[in-house]
Amino acid sequence: MKPPAFDYLRAETVGEVLDGLAQQGGDARVLAGGQSLMAMLNMRLAKPKLLIDIMRIPELRKIERKTDAVVIGAGVRQADLLAWPDLAEALPLVALALPCVGHMQTRSRGTICGSLAHADPSAEMPLALVALGGEVLLRSARRRRRVAAKDFFAGMMLTARSDDELIEGISLPVINGSRFAFREVARRHGDFAIVACAATKTPSGVRLAVGGVADVPTARDWPRLEGSAVDDALNAFAYELGARDDVHATARYRRDLVRMIGRDLIGEVLR
Amino acid sequence: MVQAAVQSANSVDQGDDKPWVGRSIERVEDAALLSGRGRFIDDLGVQPGTLHATILRSPHAHADIVSIDVEAARRLPGVAAVLTGEQIKAVTTSLVVGVKAPVECWPIAVERVRYVGEPVAVIVATDRARAEDAAELINVAYRPRAATVDPLGAIAPGAPVLHDGFPGNLASDRAFRYGDPEKAFADAPHRFSIDIRYPRNSCTPIETYGVVASHDAGEDAFEVLANFQGPFSIHTVIARALKVPGNRLRLRTPPDSGGSFGVKQGVFPYIVLIAAAARVTGRPVKWIEDRLEHLTASVSATNRATTLAAAVAADGKILALDWDQVEDCGAHLRAPEPATLYRMHGNMTGAYDIGHVRIRNRVVVTNKTPTGLNRGFGGPQVYFALERLVQRIAIGLGLDPLDVIERNLIEAGAFPYRTATGALLDSGNYQDAIARAVEQGRLAELKARRDAARAEGRLYGIGFTAVVEPSVSNMGYITTVLTAAERRKAGPKNGAQATATVGLDPVGSVTVHVASVPQGQGHRTVLSQVVADVFGLEPKDIRVNTEIDTAKDAWSIASGNYASRFAAAVAGTAKIAAERVAGRLARIAASQLNVEAADIVFARGFVTSKQNPENRIAFSRVAALSHWSPGSLPDDAGQTIRETVFWTPPELTPPGEDDRINSSLCHGFIFDFCGVEIDRITLQTRIDRYVTMHDCGTILHPGMVNGQIRGGFAQALGAALYEEYAYAEDGSFLTGTLADYLLPTTTEVPEPEIFHMETPSPFTPLGAKGVGEGNCMSTPVCLANAVADALGVADITLPLVPARLAELVRGAEPPPPADGVAAAPARESDRRLRGEGQASVRGTPEQVWVMLLDPATLQSIIPGCQRVDKITETHFRADVTLGIGPVTGRYRADVELFDLDPPRAVTLRGGATGALGFGSAEGRVTLAPDGSGGTKLTYSYDAAIGGKIASIGGRLLDGATRVIIGQFFAALARRAGGGGASGGFSLLALLAKVAGLFGGRR
Amino acid sequence: MSRFKSDARHPIHVSLNGEPVAGEAEPRTLLSDFLRHRLGATGTHVGCEHGVCGACTVVVDGMLTRSCLTLAAQVDGCEIRTVEGLAPAADRLGVLQQAFRRHHALQCGFCTAGILMSLDHYLARNPAPTEAEIRDLLSGHLCRCTGYTPIIQAALEAAAQLASSKKETSDA
Ligand SMILES: Cc1cc2nc3c(=O)[nH]c(=O)nc-3n(C[C@@H](O)[C@H](O)[C@H](O)COP(=O)(O)OP(=O)(O)OC[C@H]3O[C@@H](n4cnc5c(N)ncnc54)[C@H](O)[C@@H]3O)c2cc1C
Ligand code: FES
Ligand code: FES
Repeated sequence: MKPPAFDYLRAETVGEVLDGLAQQGGDARVLAGGQSLMAMLNMRLAKPKLLIDIMRIPELRKIERKTDAVVIGAGVRQADLLAWPDLAEALPLVALALPCVGHMQTRSRGTICGSLAHADPSAEMPLALVALGGEVLLRSARRRRRVAAKDFFAGMMLTARSDDELIEGISLPVINGSRFAFREVARRHGDFAIVACAATKTPSGVRLAVGGVADVPTARDWPRLEGSAVDDALNAFAYELGARDDVHATARYRRDLVRMIGRDLIGEVLR
Repeated sequence: MVQAAVQSANSVDQGDDKPWVGRSIERVEDAALLSGRGRFIDDLGVQPGTLHATILRSPHAHADIVSIDVEAARRLPGVAAVLTGEQIKAVTTSLVVGVKAPVECWPIAVERVRYVGEPVAVIVATDRARAEDAAELINVAYRPRAATVDPLGAIAPGAPVLHDGFPGNLASDRAFRYGDPEKAFADAPHRFSIDIRYPRNSCTPIETYGVVASHDAGEDAFEVLANFQGPFSIHTVIARALKVPGNRLRLRTPPDSGGSFGVKQGVFPYIVLIAAAARVTGRPVKWIEDRLEHLTASVSATNRATTLAAAVAADGKILALDWDQVEDCGAHLRAPEPATLYRMHGNMTGAYDIGHVRIRNRVVVTNKTPTGLNRGFGGPQVYFALERLVQRIAIGLGLDPLDVIERNLIEAGAFPYRTATGALLDSGNYQDAIARAVEQGRLAELKARRDAARAEGRLYGIGFTAVVEPSVSNMGYITTVLTAAERRKAGPKNGAQATATVGLDPVGSVTVHVASVPQGQGHRTVLSQVVADVFGLEPKDIRVNTEIDTAKDAWSIASGNYASRFAAAVAGTAKIAAERVAGRLARIAASQLNVEAADIVFARGFVTSKQNPENRIAFSRVAALSHWSPGSLPDDAGQTIRETVFWTPPELTPPGEDDRINSSLCHGFIFDFCGVEIDRITLQTRIDRYVTMHDCGTILHPGMVNGQIRGGFAQALGAALYEEYAYAEDGSFLTGTLADYLLPTTTEVPEPEIFHMETPSPFTPLGAKGVGEGNCMSTPVCLANAVADALGVADITLPLVPARLAELVRGAEPPPPADGVAAAPARESDRRLRGEGQASVRGTPEQVWVMLLDPATLQSIIPGCQRVDKITETHFRADVTLGIGPVTGRYRADVELFDLDPPRAVTLRGGATGALGFGSAEGRVTLAPDGSGGTKLTYSYDAAIGGKIASIGGRLLDGATRVIIGQFFAALARRAGGGGASGGFSLLALLAKVAGLFGGRR
Repeated sequence: MSRFKSDARHPIHVSLNGEPVAGEAEPRTLLSDFLRHRLGATGTHVGCEHGVCGACTVVVDGMLTRSCLTLAAQVDGCEIRTVEGLAPAADRLGVLQQAFRRHHALQCGFCTAGILMSLDHYLARNPAPTEAEIRDLLSGHLCRCTGYTPIIQAALEAAAQLASSKKETSDA
C-alpha cells in the first residue's frame, strides 16, 4: 500500500499553484491536509502526475471576518477554525458540526476547503456550506469566480470546480438572530455520517439540510409548518433524497432518520 | 465496593515476603514499548540486498485464470521476479488439508481463484513501492464463475462447486450421538429450537503479518522470521510445503508482536509463498502485509449456520440437545481447520448438566477467505446458539432466564465432571459464582432500572450468559472430525506438550526460555514472578526470553500462544523446571552449609538453613558452582546449568471409540449479565452496565487477568455491535478498510465491572486456568440477549446494526406522497446497480443510430478514451481512463451489441477490467422520434462492480454510477445541441463508464 | 517553490525530537516510512496506512499528524516529535509513560506510540481534562488489546500528576 510515483511541488505563492494547475490540468492535484487525498494515493485510487502542496502559502491561511460573512482560506485547517475565538458567535452551525469531522488527529491537518473539494456526500462541512448558503471562491490562471453552495456540489465527489481551479477559500454568511441545530448519526463517534441534519430558522420559516443521503448535501426551505404538515413535508423530502442501502445502513433507516431527526431539529429552531 | 474490587486488581503491590505470583507487578516489557524501543518484525533490520514482495490478488470471488501476462511487470526496473501459481507450484507442494479428501490447498491461486483477495502473483522488487508499480502492470484474464458465499446455499443442490474433491462443497459430514437423545426428545414435554446465523469477523491485530525469508541453496535450507504465533504443528505443514525436512526450516519469531488473538497463525501460507520467492530469487525476501490485504484476505473466524433444539422439562430443565452445525471455512480448508468446529466438542453442553446430546457437524467451503484461529475459537458460535436458546426456553415457559440457567448448572459437588460429549471439567462452583455476581453486580438494582426505564417508554433490556471457558487444547481434539476407524489408521494424537528451560549462568543469574510466543500478554513478567518465587529472588533478577527459534530451542507441536495455554500450561512448566534446578541447588547448598537438603529454603537472594537462618549462602554463589567447579558438587546433585522440562497433562487423551473427547484441560467459568438501552430514534445500543464474573482458577497477575478480560470484552463488543466481514452475494468483499470494518474505539467501549473468584484447577501446576478468550464467548450473546429483551423480539442476528434492528421493530414505513418520488428499489444486497433514465438528443433516430456504431466518433467523444477497436460490426474494444472526483483508473472495455432493432433499440452487454476492479453490465437503449425532429432516448442499465473498488469504496459506488451516467447524458445533450453531424452520443462510452469503474459482473 | 521529481531522491532535513537529522526521500515516500526506514525511528508504527488506526501519529510543528497520510517531502524543515523523544532519559520514563506502565495501559504496545503522542500533545495544552475529553481525543486511535479503560485511567492520572508537579514548580 504505497502511493504511485508523482512529482511534488511545494508552492509558496498562489500563482505557483495556478501555474501548476494550468500546465498539468487533470493530472495535477492540490495537496491540502492530505487526510483524504493521501489515503486515496496509498490505496492507488488516484494517480496524479503532480501534487501541489498549498500549505506553505501564508495568504491562504487566513480567516477573515467581514461585515456579513466569514472568509476561510484554503490553508485553514479544521483545527484552526475550531480554535478561532469568534467561531461560536459568527458561525454557530459550523461550531456544532465541525467537531464531528473525523478526529482531533485528522482535524489538526485537514482543511475546511479540502473537505469541500473532496465533496464526500456524508461530510459535515459541505452540509454546513449548503445549509448556510455560502459560496466557494474559485480561481484559475484565467479567472476568478464565486459559486453558490447549491451549485457547487455536482454529485458524489464531484464539484463545479474545473481541473485548473484552486478553491481559494469559502465565504460563509454570518446570519444574526437565527437559530441553528445540528445532529448526525454515525456508526461510531467520528465516522462519516449515515445521516447528518442541519436546521436553521429563516425569516420566512425553516431550512433543513441533509447530508449522507443524496449524492450531495441537500437543503429544503419551508414556511413555518404546523402539525402534520411537518411530517408530510419531511416524508416527501426523505423520499426525494433517494436514499440507498449500503453495508452500514438501509435506505429505509436513512429515511426514518431524516423524518425523526428533521422533526426534532425543526422543533428546536422554531421553538 | 465494585470500584474497590477492580482497583485492587489494578494497583501495584510492593515488597515483603509474600509470593510474587498473584501480584500486579509492573511489566518488564513496558519500558521498551513505551519509549519506542519495541522490536516488532518491521523494526528489525534485514540483510543488505533484501528484496521486498507485494502480492497481486484476485478481484473475483470465483473465476478461472485464462492467462497471466507478467512481461511488462518483469521488465520494470528494480523488479527481480514475478511468480505466479505455476512457479510457486514448481518449488512447493500443496499444503496439507485437515480432512481426508482428494483436494489441494495452495497458498496462491493455481489455474483458478476462489475468493476475493486470493494471491495470484508475488512480485519481488528492490522496494515495496516498485513492487506495487509492477503489480499494476500484470494483466490477468479471468473467466468468471458463479460464486457461493452462504454455507447453506453452498450445500444446496446446484450450487457452484469450489473443489471437485469436495462434492457439493461438503468437506466433512459427521454425526455424533451421546446418551439417548431420541428418547429424551420423545419423552420431554417441551421442545424448543433456534436457528442462528453467526457472522464472520476477526480480532484484527493492529500489527499486520510480516515475513522475512531466505534460502541457502547449498544446504537447501530455509530461514524464516515471521510474527507467527503457533501452534507449531504448523511448522510441519510449512516444511512439507517447502519440500524440506523440519530441520531445514528454521523458523524464528521477533521479540515483539503487535497482537494476534489467533489471527497470526494465519500467516503460514505466506511463509510458504515468501520462502518460495526467496528460493527462486536467491535473495532474502521481506513482506509486510498491508491493512487492505489483512482485512480482505488474512484469515477470519468461521461463520456458522446452526440449528439447535432442546428437549425441556416443565421446570426448565434441559434434558437433551440436538445440534446441527454447518461450518463455513471459506475457500480452502487450511490447517488446522476444521478445528474451529471441534475445539468446543467436549463442551457442547456449556455450563449445564445435560445427559443426552446429538450433533451433526458439516464443514463446507464457500467463495470467501479461508478461516483460521481467532480468539474464542468456536466458542462464540456455540454459546450464541446455546445461550440464546436458554433465553427462549425461559420466555416460552414463562420463567426467569436466570432461573433456567441456575436449574441446569452442573452441581458444585460434581467436579471433576465428565460432560456428555467427553470433556472433563476440572473444578468450579458455578452456583457460588452466580450468587456473588448477582450481589456484587447489583442485579436487583439493575432490574429496578429496567422497570423504571420501561415505565418511561424507553427500550431497556437485561441479558444473561453462563459460559464454560475451555483452555489448553488437547492436540487430539481435531481428530474427532475423523471416524474412529480413520483415527486408528492415522495413529493417536493427544496431549499439549509445554516446554520451559531454566538456565543459570557463570555469575549465577537466572534465564528462562519458553516457547510461548507472546503477542502482548506479558509472559516475560509472569514467568519472572513464577521463577523468582521458586528461587527466592526478585522478578527483576530473572531474565525471560520468549522468542522462538526452532533450530535451537525446545519446542513441540503444541508450542505457541493459543487456546489460553500460557498461565495454565506454560507458566506451570516453567515452575517445574525451576523447581528441578532448585532441588539440585538445595542439595549443593546443603553440602556447603552442612545441613540436610530438606532444611534448605530459598529466600531474599540467599539459600538458607531453615533451622539456622544465619547459616546461608548467596544464591548466585550456589548457582554458579556448576560452571566453575563441577568436580566439587555432591555426586547426586547433577548439573544446574540448564534444565528443560516437557509437560503434558495426562488428562488429555485421544478421542475414544465412542467419539467422546476431552478437548481441553481446564475450564474456567464466566457469568455475565448486562443492561442495555436502545435509542428509539437511532436504534443504537448503549451498554448501561456490563457485569462479568470470572473463575479462572489461581490468578497469577491480577492486572493482566483484568487486561485480558477487558481486551476480550472490547473485541466481543465489536463483534456484537459493529464488526462483520461482509460479502455480497456475488462474493465481492465489502468491508476492506478500517472505515468499513468498524472496530470499537474509546467512545464505544465502557468499563465492564469485573469480579473474580478462584477455584484452582487440580490439573495444572499453578492451579491457573486460561482467561483470555472467555468474554469473546460470553459477551456477544449476553448483549444479544439484552437487546432481545429490550425489543421483545425472538430472532437477533449479529452484529446489532441499528438499521437491522429497525427492520425488527419498526412497522410499515409511511408511504411516499402520492405525487412524489417512489422509494428507491429495495435492498440490493447483491451489489447490482440498476437504474434508468431519459435524454433528448437532436437528430433523427436514424442519424443517432449511425453515430452510435461509429468507432471514430466514439473515440472522439468518450472522455479519457485512448482508442476504440472495432472487432466486428457489433463488437468493440476500448481503452478508457475513467475518473470520478479524485478516483481514476485505466480500464479495458469489451462491448457487444445484441438484439439490434435499427433504429429503434439495442442491447449492450460487456465488461471492463482494470486495477481498481472489474465489471460487466447490460443496458437497453431505445430511440424514438421526439416529435420535433430530435430523438428521445430511454435507457436502463443493470450493473454491479467487483474487486478493490467494491471493498474499499462501496459506500460511494451507487451514487457514483448515477453521476457518471447523468454526466454522460448531459454532455451528450450539449454536444448534440451544438448541432453538426459530428456531434453524437456514444452507447459505448456509456457502457464503458458503467462497466469500467462501476460496472457489473455476470 | 521547490519541485521534486518523481524518479529521484531528495534530501529532507528535519528536527527529530530536537536533533537535526536528514535523509533522502522520493516524493512519494510517506513520513511513516521515512521516519522508520530512513531515520531509524521505528517507535512510530504503521497499522493501516489510511488514517484510521492512529498507530503512526506523531507531532509535526505542534500538530498531531498521521505520518501515514503525510509525505516526507511535506515536512522538510519541520520539527517532528515521536515516541522516542518522550522519556526524559534513556533509562527513565516520563510521567505519562509511567502511568501507562502502572495501569497496564498497554499489552502488545503496537498502538501505544501513537496514543502517547496524542496524549502528550493534548495534556500539554489541556492540563485538566475530563474523562469524556480523553475518550473523544483517543477515539482517533485503535487498540485491540486493552479495551481502552486502563489507557484512560493512565491519562487522567498522568494529567493530575503533571498538573500538581507544575503547581509545585510554580509555587516554589
Ligand atoms: C480517520 C478519518 C476520519 C475522517 N472522518 C471524517 C468525517 O467524519 N467527516 C468528514 O467530513 N471528513 C472526514 N475525514 C476526511 C477529512 O478529514 C478531510 O480533512 C477532508 O475530507 C479533506 O481535507 P484535506 O485538507 O485533508 O484535503 P486533501 O486530502 O489534501 O484533499 C482532498 C481533495 O481535495 C482536493 N483539494 C484540497 N484542497 C483543495 C483546494 N484548496 N482547491 C482545490 N482542490 C483541493 C485535493 O486535490 C483532493 O482531491 C476523515 C479522515 C480520516 C483520515
Ligand atoms: S497507520 Fe497511520 S493511521 Fe493507521
Ligand atoms: S496494546 Fe496492542 S493494540 Fe494497543
